[in-house]
Amino acid sequence: MKAPVSWLKEYVDINEPLHEVAHRLTMAGTEVGSIDQIGAEWGPVVVGHVQAVNPHPDADRLRLVTVEYGGEDGPAEVVCGAPNVAVGQNIAYAGIGAMLNDPYRGGATKLKRSKIRGVVSNGMVCSEKELGISDEHEGILVLPDDASVGTPLMDYLGDAIFDLELTPNRPDCLGVLGVARELAAIGGTAIREPDISYPEDGPPVDSLATIRIDDPDLCARYTATVLQNLTLGPSPEWLVKRLAAQGQASISNVVDVTNYVMFEYGQPLHAFDLDAVENHAIVVRRSYAGEQLTTLDGVQRELAPDTLVIADPEKSIGLAGVMGGANSEISDSTVNVLLESATFNGTNNRITARKLGMKTEATLRFEKGLRPGLSEVALRRATKLILEVAGGTAAQGILDAYPEKDDAVVTLTDEKLLKVMGVEYPEMQVIATLEGLGMEVERVGSSYEVRPPYWRPDIAIPEDVCEEISRIVGYDEVPMTTLSGRVPTWEPSLERDLREKVRASLANHGLQEIISYPTESDSAMTAVGAPTEYSPLRLENPMAQDQPYMRTTIRASVFRAAARNARTWRGAIALFEVGAAYLYSGEGLPEERQMVVGAFNGPRDNDSWVSDTGASDFYDAKGAVEAVLEDLGIEGGFEVTDDPAFAPGRCAAITVNGKSVGVVGEATRAVLEAVDCDRTPLAAFEIDLSALGEAIGESNAPRAYQPFTRYPSSVRDLALLVDTGVSAGAIRDVIAKNRLSQQIDVVDVYSGKGVPVGKKSLAVRVHYQSDTKTLTAKEIEKAEAAILKILGQELGAELRS
Amino acid sequence: MSSGTESSGADTANSPLSVEEIKVAALAALTVAGSEAVLDEWRVSYLGRKSDLTNVLRSISSLPADDRKAVGASANLLRASLEEALAEKTQELRGAAGSVADALDVTLPGRRRRRGGLHPTTQTIRELTDAFGAMGFQVAEGPEVEWERYNFDALNIPAEHPARDSWDTFWLESPDGEGRSDMLLRTHTSPMQARIMEKADPPIRVVIPGRCFRYEATDATHEWHFFQLEGLAVDKGITFADMKGTLFEFARRIFGPDRKVRFRVDFFPFVEPGAEMAIDCFKCNGQGCSLCKGTGWIEIMGAGMVHPSVLRNVGYDPEVYTGFAFGMGVERIAMLRHGIDDVRQFAAGDLRFLSQF
Repeated sequence: MKAPVSWLKEYVDINEPLHEVAHRLTMAGTEVGSIDQIGAEWGPVVVGHVQAVNPHPDADRLRLVTVEYGGEDGPAEVVCGAPNVAVGQNIAYAGIGAMLNDPYRGGATKLKRSKIRGVVSNGMVCSEKELGISDEHEGILVLPDDASVGTPLMDYLGDAIFDLELTPNRPDCLGVLGVARELAAIGGTAIREPDISYPEDGPPVDSLATIRIDDPDLCARYTATVLQNLTLGPSPEWLVKRLAAQGQASISNVVDVTNYVMFEYGQPLHAFDLDAVENHAIVVRRSYAGEQLTTLDGVQRELAPDTLVIADPEKSIGLAGVMGGANSEISDSTVNVLLESATFNGTNNRITARKLGMKTEATLRFEKGLRPGLSEVALRRATKLILEVAGGTAAQGILDAYPEKDDAVVTLTDEKLLKVMGVEYPEMQVIATLEGLGMEVERVGSSYEVRPPYWRPDIAIPEDVCEEISRIVGYDEVPMTTLSGRVPTWEPSLERDLREKVRASLANHGLQEIISYPTESDSAMTAVGAPTEYSPLRLENPMAQDQPYMRTTIRASVFRAAARNARTWRGAIALFEVGAAYLYSGEGLPEERQMVVGAFNGPRDNDSWVSDTGASDFYDAKGAVEAVLEDLGIEGGFEVTDDPAFAPGRCAAITVNGKSVGVVGEATRAVLEAVDCDRTPLAAFEIDLSALGEAIGESNAPRAYQPFTRYPSSVRDLALLVDTGVSAGAIRDVIAKNRLSQQIDVVDVYSGKGVPVGKKSLAVRVHYQSDTKTLTAKEIEKAEAAILKILGQELGAELRS
Repeated sequence: MSSGTESSGADTANSPLSVEEIKVAALAALTVAGSEAVLDEWRVSYLGRKSDLTNVLRSISSLPADDRKAVGASANLLRASLEEALAEKTQELRGAAGSVADALDVTLPGRRRRRGGLHPTTQTIRELTDAFGAMGFQVAEGPEVEWERYNFDALNIPAEHPARDSWDTFWLESPDGEGRSDMLLRTHTSPMQARIMEKADPPIRVVIPGRCFRYEATDATHEWHFFQLEGLAVDKGITFADMKGTLFEFARRIFGPDRKVRFRVDFFPFVEPGAEMAIDCFKCNGQGCSLCKGTGWIEIMGAGMVHPSVLRNVGYDPEVYTGFAFGMGVERIAMLRHGIDDVRQFAAGDLRFLSQF
């Protein structure tokens, strides 16, 4: 909504600097997004008078125009291409150095002295577009005859416009008068109400037309009047200018007034050609099944059920509150007009507008729900203005169908005001503030009975009145207190706690967290092995057409991020994401199962003289999982498994307390291709946090302290030769069963030269220790021998010589 | 120290060196000392408890009264000058450390583990929840795919309410067939207000971080996918003044103890009165700069007193209970604090961005 300051000043005095006024409006809820200054940059642009127009010697379409503009050196001769320039006109003359809009390329440019087809042009005669007033560039701007030559155009045409960003509860501020009322209330000044009185010289209105509301649920009030013997024609300049500032083109004097009053009061109106209305009888009703109407824009429209129409006894003649019908349109030959100002149901109006794809200035206002009281005032205002600009006579009285009178009263108790705001407002201040907003206030005991004015549809409950008082007095005046009173009892949040611990652990372990969009393509999810038992939910209006699904796996997002970074990041790539897989099981909302996926690609560490820059692989991914489990204080296991995303033989299930909680592996070629990764391997893990939470269960208690033995430990290395198929885990398990072995570390794995084919060499370091005594060499040898014996029997391991 | 040790010190004073002799020997030895270890030995020999100089000083009492003063003075003078010489020598040796054969190149990078990190959104959420946690607010979370009823209706935004235009919505297709379902991607974290109050009785003091979605074109300051932090406090006797005070305290914790806050009127259908909170610009202290676009103020969040309809919808009596709610964009806070100029970086997964935090 644009509120020109020149227009606001018609209703309210504005004496403060504009930025200060804008600030106060903004603080009170009517946000001024920007102040557009028209004319501030023009520079030397003045009112000029065309003394002579002569042909250009070298160009048929150009003319030489002599402009008197009050300059010391006499009139200027300029070259002008506008078809409408004529001797005797007052025009906008731009001298050298003026800042004008380039009508073709846009943007401001400084006017220079130039030669046009061999003739020097000393300045320019401007179009509205060049001045930035409108988009009009067909011809030059012609100023009224009384414009004083030599006056800076800024003084004559300049203005400032508040560009407002309104909230949907304030349709009153969709009229300039509403904004003026805000200014008056904030400033504590008076408002100059527009004149709505006019001579009622015509016959009684009910002898000229009738109205009937058939569906009062959709039309709370319908007011109308009849104007006769009008002279249709162009609008006066002031009217054209005001509409132009709203981006509204001038149509004809009568139609322009209806639009003007809409921009003034926020009440849309419509003018019908009375002679096109059968029997001069208006019916407000729902459309019939299959009914069609051709609207003013020439489009024939199918009317859905529950569409409210304005009709005569034979046909519909308008889409109520949206657009008039072509069959009753005001034309050049119109002499008698039925002027409508009605209150249509906001919700219904909005549905109709949406179904027909017709957001208009009218629906923008009606959809917010207008008060019935507004319609009559706007009708009278428009009648007065039509008489002014189109002559004719107005009927006596108005037609007014108003089935149920709207008389909203809101009761605000002192207690409520204090309870909501936490501050006591003196009675005098409350009453003065509310009255300044146009409300009627009555003090009844310890309450205020408040009648909101007809232009305010948003005051319905005591809290609304609290806001009105506090916003006009100022939110700054409300003190700041800290919360006292009860603090809620603590509720555990195990899932969140677990998730945040895992996050921290992975970050500490050198992985960078990422956050991805949770939408995905079907093909990517299939490629990375999304769970097949859930069909993904699809968005009706996806942001990216190729990713319309809510992801059922977060693998693809993380893998893609790793692949992308491989092309831009020089160092190690170790990423993880925590996010929901949206698993829809046929009813209710989808389960949002929290998943963690990590991915490694490329060098293990950044280049450095001490760093390990080998390519990260399965064991990097596994190490991250081990670190997480260790940080959580739980033991995990790894078992060979299959997963469609991971290469066979390079994939393990993560188990906790015997339950699978995730997977770790190296991605298959197909996955690498699907996520556009050109560096192998892509090692990754996935942890299902809800499965992990369940597997941990009660064991998530704080770690229990383990007393440590005071006796020394002895270290022995075993160099074992085993078949390649024997796992380190199996060897470890055997050694761990011996009660003297306290710590077992695999310190080397080797196959190749010196080791028979089909075998591998494992170096295992075992720490022997007792809780009760210092072990003797003999006892350790005995334990080692026992271990070797079982290793030989169960796993075919032999000591490497 | 036992007196026995003292007397044994006196025994060694049988053949005392003169102060001058001690000086010559000590300085000669100091000149050739080549390491700090040697210096330490030198200190013990010449300044230590059993050194000749100490013996001289101890034996003063046994000297003739006439000599005492002169010997004492010269011995103390020597002590001071030897200590000074030692300090100088120590300094000299340390300064020359680079030339030591086993010296390290201290400019080589140290051994360290690869650095990981939390996403700036996660970090910001943690700081925000901590700030409110200190004021007794607990953390709750809720579904990202939400019912229309919670996202809109329960918040006093019925179907076809013009305010719905403020929340361009991603709708889910009906899983069973054609058309739109009544599931959507939540446009804000506010549906959790209703969910929490449905489940729990007052007092409520909770913050809710979470992912939100708006169907709108993206640019440097608009993203269709973002995080919010919602807050809700409901009980008997909670006022607009409490809201101001609480959010002021929050602003100080996050943006610095000297911050000022400003509340202006704003409209959200689920609060009344409604407000928007701004802080004075922490970059220019309210003078006006590029960060605050010359206004001196930076908008931080929407807030307001919980609308009585919202309370009624969840079965709370608005005549008994009042409360306030607020909501802020997490990325916006992070962008302000870190000077990030493009919100699209947050979901880009780019290490060049993420590794900076």
